[in-house]
Amino acid sequence: MITAADLAAIRLTLELAAVTTAALLVVGTPVAWWLARTRSAWKGVVGAVVALPLVLPPTVIGFYLLVALGPHGPVGQLTQALGLGLLPFTFAGLVVGSVFYSLPFVVQPLQNAFEAIGERPLEVAATLRAGAIDTFFSVVLPLARPGFVTATILGFAHTVGEFGVVLMIGGNIPDKTRVVSVQIYDHVEALEYAEAHWLSAGMLVFSFVVLLALYGRKKEMVR
Amino acid sequence: MSGAAPFGPGAARTGAMAGDEAAIRARFGLGWPGFRLDVDLALPGRGVIALFGHSGSGKTTLLRCLAGLERAADGYLAVRGELWQDEAQRLFVPTHRRPLGYVFQEASLFAHLTVRRNLEFGLKRVPAASRRIPLDQAIALLGIEPLLDRMPGRLSGGERQRVAIARALATSPRLLLMDEPLAALDVKRKQEILPYLERLHAELDIPVVYVSHAPEEVARLADHVVLLADGRALAVGPIGEVMARLDLPFAHDEDAFVVIDARVAAHDEAYALTRLEFAGLPLWITGLDMPLASRVRARVLARDVSLALTERHDSSILNVLPARVVSLDEADPGRTLVRLDVAGTALLARITRRSAAQLGIVPGRDVYAQVKGVALLR
Repeated sequence: MITAADLAAIRLTLELAAVTTAALLVVGTPVAWWLARTRSAWKGVVGAVVALPLVLPPTVIGFYLLVALGPHGPVGQLTQALGLGLLPFTFAGLVVGSVFYSLPFVVQPLQNAFEAIGERPLEVAATLRAGAIDTFFSVVLPLARPGFVTATILGFAHTVGEFGVVLMIGGNIPDKTRVVSVQIYDHVEALEYAEAHWLSAGMLVFSFVVLLALYGRKKEMVR
Repeated sequence: MSGAAPFGPGAARTGAMAGDEAAIRARFGLGWPGFRLDVDLALPGRGVIALFGHSGSGKTTLLRCLAGLERAADGYLAVRGELWQDEAQRLFVPTHRRPLGYVFQEASLFAHLTVRRNLEFGLKRVPAASRRIPLDQAIALLGIEPLLDRMPGRLSGGERQRVAIARALATSPRLLLMDEPLAALDVKRKQEILPYLERLHAELDIPVVYVSHAPEEVARLADHVVLLADGRALAVGPIGEVMARLDLPFAHDEDAFVVIDARVAAHDEAYALTRLEFAGLPLWITGLDMPLASRVRARVLARDVSLALTERHDSSILNVLPARVVSLDEADPGRTLVRLDVAGTALLARITRRSAAQLGIVPGRDVYAQVKGVALLR
C-alpha cells in the first residue's frame, strides 16, 4: 500500500514539477522567441546547448551542476556571497537542475510555434498600430497557444519523470529532495516490490494519460 | 540625385508637386545581392497611385519602404506634411506609429479573432480624436455586415480581402497602401472586389498607393502611375499621359490603350447610346444605365483608332475627334504608332506605315481620329 513517505514523495514531485514548469515558461519563452527570430550566428550554438539534455546522461548534467553549485563552484560562491547558502541538496537546487534538464522540452515546442507564426502577423499588427510588446501579447501568445500547451505538458511530465539529475544534486532527503522516482528506487533497493509496484504503476498511468491528452489534442488541432 | 531621376517628360509636373504640403515625397535607396531599389518620387497626396511593373521590379519593396516595414539606409519620406523618415537626421518613425493602412497580398486576418475583433484590432489602438472613419462606414463600404461574427478560416478569399481592407480603413489612415490585394483571387472574386475599391476611391479622401502588375486593374483604378523596372522609376505621371508615352513599353503592347476620364452628358434612348463628354468633346458609347453627370473612365485601344485628313461623315464610325499629331514611333517595320493630342487628352493610334506615309502624318499635323470602339472601365 501507499505509505506516508510515498505520499510525501508524490506531493514533493508535483510541487517540484509545478515550480519548475512555471520557471521554464518564464525562462524558455524569451529563449525560444530569440531562437525563432534571430539571424545571429550564435543561433546554432544556443540551440545546441538548449538541446544537450536530450542526449547527455542525466548524471553528467547533475555532476556539472553539483560542481558549479557547490561550495567551490562559481555559482556556489555567488549564492554564498548573496547570503543564499548552497543550492545542492535543497528544493531550490532541484528546481535549478530540473530547469536545465527539461529546458529543451519547453523551448523546442515554443520555438516551433513561434516559427510557424512567421513574420506576416507581426507586420500586420504593426500596420494596425501595435508595438512590439503589444503584438507579443495580443497576437503571438494567442497564436502560439498550442505550443504553450504542449510545452507546459511536456515540461511538467518530463520533470516528474526525472531521476538522475535529482539523485546527483538533490540526494535523497525525505520531504526536501526525495521525489517519486527516488522513492521507487529506495523501495526496490529494500526489496519492497509491492510498494514499488504501486508507485511505478501510478507513474505509468500518469505518463500515459498526459501523453494521451497531448496527442489526442493534437489531432483536434489539425482539424 | 533628383536631377538624375529618369522622370522624362513628366518631370515638370511631378516637380511642381514637391512643394505641395498635401503631397508625398519619397526617396529610397536600398538593396541586397541581385537587387537595388533607387527611387526619388514626388507623388500627389490624393487619388490612386499605381506602382506598376513586372515581378522583381521593386514594387512591393517600395511599398514596404513607404510603410516602414523595410528601412532604406538612404531614405527620406514625407507624407502629407508629416515627416516619417529622414536618414540624414537618423529619423525613422516605426510602422506602428505611422497613420497608414496596409492591405497585404494574401489573407492576413488574425486567425484567432472573429471578423469583428479583427476590425477592432487597429481601431482600438487609434486615439479617439484621430478616428475619422466610423467602423460602421468601413463595414458598409465593403459590404461585410453578414460576416462580423465569423472566424477568418470560414471566409472565402474575396471576403477575407474585403475584411482586411475594412480593417485598414477603420484605423482612419492618412495613406492606404495595397500590395496587389487582388492577385491571389480568381477573376470572379476580382470582379467582386473592384467595385468596392472604386467606392473607396469615390467616397474617401485617402491617397491610395496600389501595387499591381495587371494593366487592366491599373487602367481601371489608378489616377497616377509609377512605372518601375529593375528598382528604378521609368516614368511617373497621370495615367492618361503615362499610358500614351511612346518611349514606354505600354504603348507598344499589342493591346495598348489610353484612358479618358469623362462624364455622362446625355442618353439617346432611340438608339440606345450614351454621349460622354471630355474636354468639351463628345464620345459616343453603347447605352449606359447611369445618371447624367456621372464620372466615368473609358478605354480606347490604339488599334481601334484610325486617322483621316478630313472630317468624314460617310462612314459608320460614330466618334470622329479633331486631333493633332504629337509624335510617331516607327520601330515596327509595318506599323506606325501615332500619339495624338485631342484637346489636351492623349490618344494613341496604330496605323500601317504605308497609310502614315500616304497621308503625310508628321508631328504637328491636324487630323481626325476615328474611334471604332470605346469601352467603359468604370
